[in-house]
Amino acid sequence: MDRRCFLKTSGAIGATLACGGASAAEAPASKEFVGVLVDTTRCIGCRACEVACGQANGMLVPDVEKDAALEKERTTSEKQWTVVNRYKTEKGDVFVKKQCMHCWQPACTAACLTNAMFKTREGPVIWNADKCMGCRYCMISCPYNIPKFEYNEWNPDIQKCTLCYGRLQEGKRPACVEACPADALMFGQKRDLMEIARVRIYNHPRQYVRQIYGEQEVGGTGWLYLASVPFDQLGFPTHLGTTPYPEYTKEFLYSVPILDFGLPTLLVGLKLLVDQAGRHKHEDDDGEVS
Amino acid sequence: MSTTALAESRPSLFRFVLNELKPKAPFLTPFNVISVPIILVGLVILAIRFIYGLGSVTNLNQEFPWGFWIGFDVVTGVALAGGAYVITFVVYVLKVERYHPIVRVTVLNGFLAYLFYAGGLFLDLGKPWHIINPMIGNSFGYNSVLFLVAWHFALYMAAEFIEFSPAIAEWLGARRMRNFLQSITVGTVIAGFTISTLHQAGLGALFLMAKGKIHPLWYTEFMPVLFFVSSIFAGISMIIVEGTLSHRVLKDHMDAEHGEFDKLIFGLARGAALTMFAYYFFKALIFIHEHHWDLMGDRWGNLYLLEIIGLTLVPCFMFAYGIRHRSLGVVRWAAGFAILGVILNRLNISLIAFNWFSPNHYYPSWQEVWVTAMIICCEVWVFRWVVMRMPVLRKATGFD
Repeated sequence: MDRRCFLKTSGAIGATLACGGASAAEAPASKEFVGVLVDTTRCIGCRACEVACGQANGMLVPDVEKDAALEKERTTSEKQWTVVNRYKTEKGDVFVKKQCMHCWQPACTAACLTNAMFKTREGPVIWNADKCMGCRYCMISCPYNIPKFEYNEWNPDIQKCTLCYGRLQEGKRPACVEACPADALMFGQKRDLMEIARVRIYNHPRQYVRQIYGEQEVGGTGWLYLASVPFDQLGFPTHLGTTPYPEYTKEFLYSVPILDFGLPTLLVGLKLLVDQAGRHKHEDDDGEVS
Repeated sequence: MSTTALAESRPSLFRFVLNELKPKAPFLTPFNVISVPIILVGLVILAIRFIYGLGSVTNLNQEFPWGFWIGFDVVTGVALAGGAYVITFVVYVLKVERYHPIVRVTVLNGFLAYLFYAGGLFLDLGKPWHIINPMIGNSFGYNSVLFLVAWHFALYMAAEFIEFSPAIAEWLGARRMRNFLQSITVGTVIAGFTISTLHQAGLGALFLMAKGKIHPLWYTEFMPVLFFVSSIFAGISMIIVEGTLSHRVLKDHMDAEHGEFDKLIFGLARGAALTMFAYYFFKALIFIHEHHWDLMGDRWGNLYLLEIIGLTLVPCFMFAYGIRHRSLGVVRWAAGFAILGVILNRLNISLIAFNWFSPNHYYPSWQEVWVTAMIICCEVWVFRWVVMRMPVLRKATGFD
């Protein structure tokens, strides 16, 4: 890691130069980001959340009775913002709801060059059609592969869970949380959700693995998960680390202003030196000739 | 013919330009016979793409949002257009006058490459009519690498246009304009070099957040530096190949000074060999430092070796051999292999080793490849049109 340290140091110089704007997560906020705690030990796989999501957001409403969608693992799509998957584990069937994690420092918003994808002050990560140019860099960057693109539209949109931002504005809870009959989803501020999650683990140590997915992953996410088996058995990516994704581009971004102003200065100096050397050479040559 | 006479003999600028637009060479050439159908079918493909969406002609999907148009046209095309900033730096900052005769053609090539291959980006955007959003107020995503790439891209295209513009002024016989444009060349070159450094590196930085999606043999935090260094020898190799080709095909449009390209090849080869070795060395350091030995042995390891040994180290030594034994042939082959190596590297990072674990891996549709061929044909058309009219491969009469 010494190589990184070196870069960190040079990055730190950049940070000082760029007067080190504190990231959103560090800034003291009177209002905290909201999120949802998913207790997969409670989920019964009824997919009422999928139906509610489709209805509330004008997306595909699945026919839960007939489509047998639990038979194979699915991902969210440009038509469905959330899906529930079934995993066969040593503790029996476990159902896991999948949707945007609403990261605290999202890769997609750092990737977006028009701020079309942005994190609201309340926490949901949402998307603005009027700014997006459809470059799909958010899709390249998202560690969870959540933003989806309408490949078969002349005017395509990016589709992903908004944490029902509109409903939150009206003081309601997200549609999926509202619809859950098993109390598997709980909406609230992350601090409170973390406390509840810890209490559940503490009170039922045999029912849960001692990890809250989303507490640290990619710098912390808005959605948190409790489970009875290790998360890699439930389709969660467990190799992502705890570094917020925007950090990976920070060193490069800091070097940009330094190079943009430093390099021309160097080049002008170099050119003057070359010019001078050329003049000396000329004088010498003249001397020899005459 | 003196320029004053030329100016007097010309009825009007409009007439002149109109006249110049007419074809100057026979129409039924082998290139035209091939390129016209390619362009016409390409236009149909593009019409379908803009009516029914990207999915109708490409193999892009939710797992592979960037395909051949980004991976080859933009990411690779920009690297191969690196010759312009290298050669203008050598001529205008380091004052190596020997290379002056190839400055204009290289800058023209670079500019057109940006215009067309990078312009291919336009076809790939879901909402291309919003392409100006990152350029005009209130939509500035400062914290995006792509934002910086977009800006440096746009500025560099302007810089290359300014660097080339004296040729346009000479063509139009606009003497004062030409002198003014000539006078701002050095400043533009310095700005252009700076901007190039950053957007070449920036293309590598784009993939920094794809950590975990790119095979560990290719993902490294040093991708920006590697992209920059490889663009130097990619650009030089392209100059050697393009120069060799155009001196065969366009010999009639060159004067004596511009005709002697072969003399310059060894100097160019030296630059390419040195930067390639530095690049290889850096790659090797990363390989050793990150303990990648255990990744060797499977097909990804082999692909990596093909890229790093077969298409980087081998052409590097070929350059060195060619310089030592004064063999133009070996140097030209080396340049060809070096270009293949850079193409493979960029495709590996953006397409091949991207989501390498995916069972349904992306491969380009024939339409994606066809449109790329169409873009290349269009570029050659414009290039040919320009060099047949403007003083690119010859000195302008009456200008010094």
